[in-house]
Amino acid sequence: MNNCKKILLALAAVFALVSQAAVADKLRIGTEGAYPPFNLTDASGKVVGFDMDIAHALCAKMKAECEVVTSDWDGIIPALNAKKFDFIVASMSITDERKQAVDFTDPYYTNKLQFIGPKSAKVAVDKAGLKGKAVGTQRATIAGEWLEKNMGDAVDLKLYDTQENAYLDLSSGRIDLVLGDVFVNWGWLKSDAGKEFEFKGEPVFDNDKIGIAVRKNDPLREKLNAALKEIIADGTYKKINDQYFPFSIL
Amino acid sequence: MQWDVILQALPKLLQGVVLTLELVALSCIAGLIFAIPMGIARASTRWYVRSLPYGYIFLFRGTPLLVQLFLVYYGLAQFEAVRQGPLWPYLRDPFWCAVITMTMHTTAYIAEIVRGALQAVPAGEIEAARALGMSKTQTLLFITLPRAIRIGLPAYSNEVILMLKGSALASTVTLLELTGMARTIIARTYLPVEIFFAAGVLYLLIAYVLVLGFKLLEKVLRVDTGQLGR
Repeated sequence: MNNCKKILLALAAVFALVSQAAVADKLRIGTEGAYPPFNLTDASGKVVGFDMDIAHALCAKMKAECEVVTSDWDGIIPALNAKKFDFIVASMSITDERKQAVDFTDPYYTNKLQFIGPKSAKVAVDKAGLKGKAVGTQRATIAGEWLEKNMGDAVDLKLYDTQENAYLDLSSGRIDLVLGDVFVNWGWLKSDAGKEFEFKGEPVFDNDKIGIAVRKNDPLREKLNAALKEIIADGTYKKINDQYFPFSIL
Repeated sequence: MQWDVILQALPKLLQGVVLTLELVALSCIAGLIFAIPMGIARASTRWYVRSLPYGYIFLFRGTPLLVQLFLVYYGLAQFEAVRQGPLWPYLRDPFWCAVITMTMHTTAYIAEIVRGALQAVPAGEIEAARALGMSKTQTLLFITLPRAIRIGLPAYSNEVILMLKGSALASTVTLLELTGMARTIIARTYLPVEIFFAAGVLYLLIAYVLVLGFKLLEKVLRVDTGQLGR
């Protein structure tokens, strides 16, 4: 009987070790893949972009093998908690609401929210100026939350599955304005589709810190923080930054 | 399970139910109206009459509803001519885009149901009508169609329930029907299990009411006594 127990215990220990080793070997990065230029899926199906470059740099510093898993944006936090992946590098804003569900690393960049609209239209981006305007943004984002909280009763709010779909409706004239991350909007304004559009007003919100989400109390958080400090100190971060933006976004 | 969250979300979810019902009702009624002539044409023995409905049905049954919805909502809006055209006030609105797409989609399926039902009407009854001196049109209106409606009704009720679930795709074009509303609430609460559970129960309730309604309709139309071989 005693022997039996010992064998079982030993087996359990081996299993625990093996499964832990498996987890330690390969980290899975969760991202969306539809949020250019931060994370997007290229023609070959690979997920690329600023977020991915940062994530791979962090993995290199942690000496971990990483693979990328994509998820729909509005299911990305539940998927993290269901262990579909180990950390989310998807330009996710650190908010109090999200902190109840996940832990965040130190911010790896700072975002601002700014409206864009057609060059031909004059809009003041305050409550009076926006009254009755159709404003689009992505569902489950900080821009959506900001609009609901601050302009909910003034604007006709349209929520999209992806930011790209909001831009499509902006170009077709279904909506008057899009509120979104300034970098993402900037990327679109530079593209062919965005020629006729421009930023409207000043950024409405600039305390939007972007972090990497991990499961609650996961020690991975500290490792990621250490790696993040390293890539900022050794210039890797700046190199990646300069590939995408002519200004520092840290 | 956080029941209080479900309770708080309920008024919003019920708003979503109303929109879901509007989408399903409009598209299934309009679909039926378009599908009857199309099904009759599809059942024709002449190839040039049945080829056009055949092509339509092939196209709309063979492509996913989501793809059709994206083509109508995002696709059509790409063309300047559409945006300047007279239909733009409707095509601009996601509600009408969803109704139009769902109608076109379900028309194809219902037309096939109509065709199958028409062809299942016993040949003897049609011959009897003709022998009594009814014209072809009279036979179609008074004998074939009423019989076909009884035969096709159970399949039609099935299609309505499929469209109820298909209407969830309207959430991808910014409509806040039941699924869209649920996803928006989840974006705020991060409780997908609770909210989707509640939405699922509401869908189930709607489906249950639909099933009951069609059962009643079948009774009124005496579908069971009208079966073949009696």
